[in-house]
Amino acid sequence: MSRQTVRSGDPRKVSAELFTLTYGALVSQLVKDYENVDEVNKQLDKLGYNMGIRLIEDFLARSNVGRCHDLRETADVIAKVGFKMFLGIVPTVSNWSPSGDEFSLLLDNNPLTDFVELPEGQSNLEYSSILCGVLRGALEMVQMEVNVWFVQDQLKGDNTTEIRVKFIRRLEDAVPVGED
Amino acid sequence: MTVFNLYIFDRNGTCLYYVEWNRKKHSGIASQEEEFKLMYGMIFSIKSFVNRISPSDLKDGFSSFKTSRYKCNFYETPSGLKFILNTDLNVGNIRDVLHQLYSNIYVEYVVKNPLCELGQPIKSDLFKTKLDEYVRNLPIFATKTN
Repeated sequence: MSRQTVRSGDPRKVSAELFTLTYGALVSQLVKDYENVDEVNKQLDKLGYNMGIRLIEDFLARSNVGRCHDLRETADVIAKVGFKMFLGIVPTVSNWSPSGDEFSLLLDNNPLTDFVELPEGQSNLEYSSILCGVLRGALEMVQMEVNVWFVQDQLKGDNTTEIRVKFIRRLEDAVPVGED
Repeated sequence: MTVFNLYIFDRNGTCLYYVEWNRKKHSGIASQEEEFKLMYGMIFSIKSFVNRISPSDLKDGFSSFKTSRYKCNFYETPSGLKFILNTDLNVGNIRDVLHQLYSNIYVEYVVKNPLCELGQPIKSDLFKTKLDEYVRNLPIFATKTN
């Protein structure tokens, strides 16, 4: 009883610093293990994908968000509900392509990079590419195939951090055997 | 009131979990796999039938059907997981119950268990126990002793 009252707020929330530092340790270990920046980027993306396909279930269960009817709605939900719930930030949605199948998420402060400086010679490292994987994996589970990549990164001296999302196609539900 | 049985399907039609409580009559199909396929096929057809025949835009889509003996309750998550719970006829709308089954049991004990492979039949005993406990404690579970 008393322990419950001491703890303030949502017990599921942990210190953002703990998360950021853990992620930093993961990246530096991968850099040590692979010695090849492209491979590290790929591994981070893959890790993110595997997290995304599970995270979406937690997200849907907690937010009670229904199916989105267009990409604008999807972008809004990602920025205002998804990022808010898991990282405590609300990115700005902008730079829509004329055909409406691409948008950017602008992050003023990326919580993953709070204590990070990229060392010399690592300029190709996509430090936060785990986020791309998470988005791709999560959206795949709700029948959307997307490409996600970094356009700008504050770690590389850009003014803002920009994640680009491009809608590829809708994935169809599997048809049971013997039907068409 | 009573609950007969529960099917959980993933979006590829794999039966992730099946459990029964008060089922008195069996389908007579030798293999359980065949019954799962039939069930999934029927749900799939009803879903597309309901969507096509609806005179206006649907919000939730197909949610249940009744026969003279039982009611089949259906809930689908945006990620394509399907929960099918057969109950008797006195049960009202149990969408909330099925959503809770998803968020409090499936997500907690399957999604958050890294040893549970997604898209495969669920083997976790903890999940089985928690699910059984949850359903048995539902007000709609109350069985007549006869």
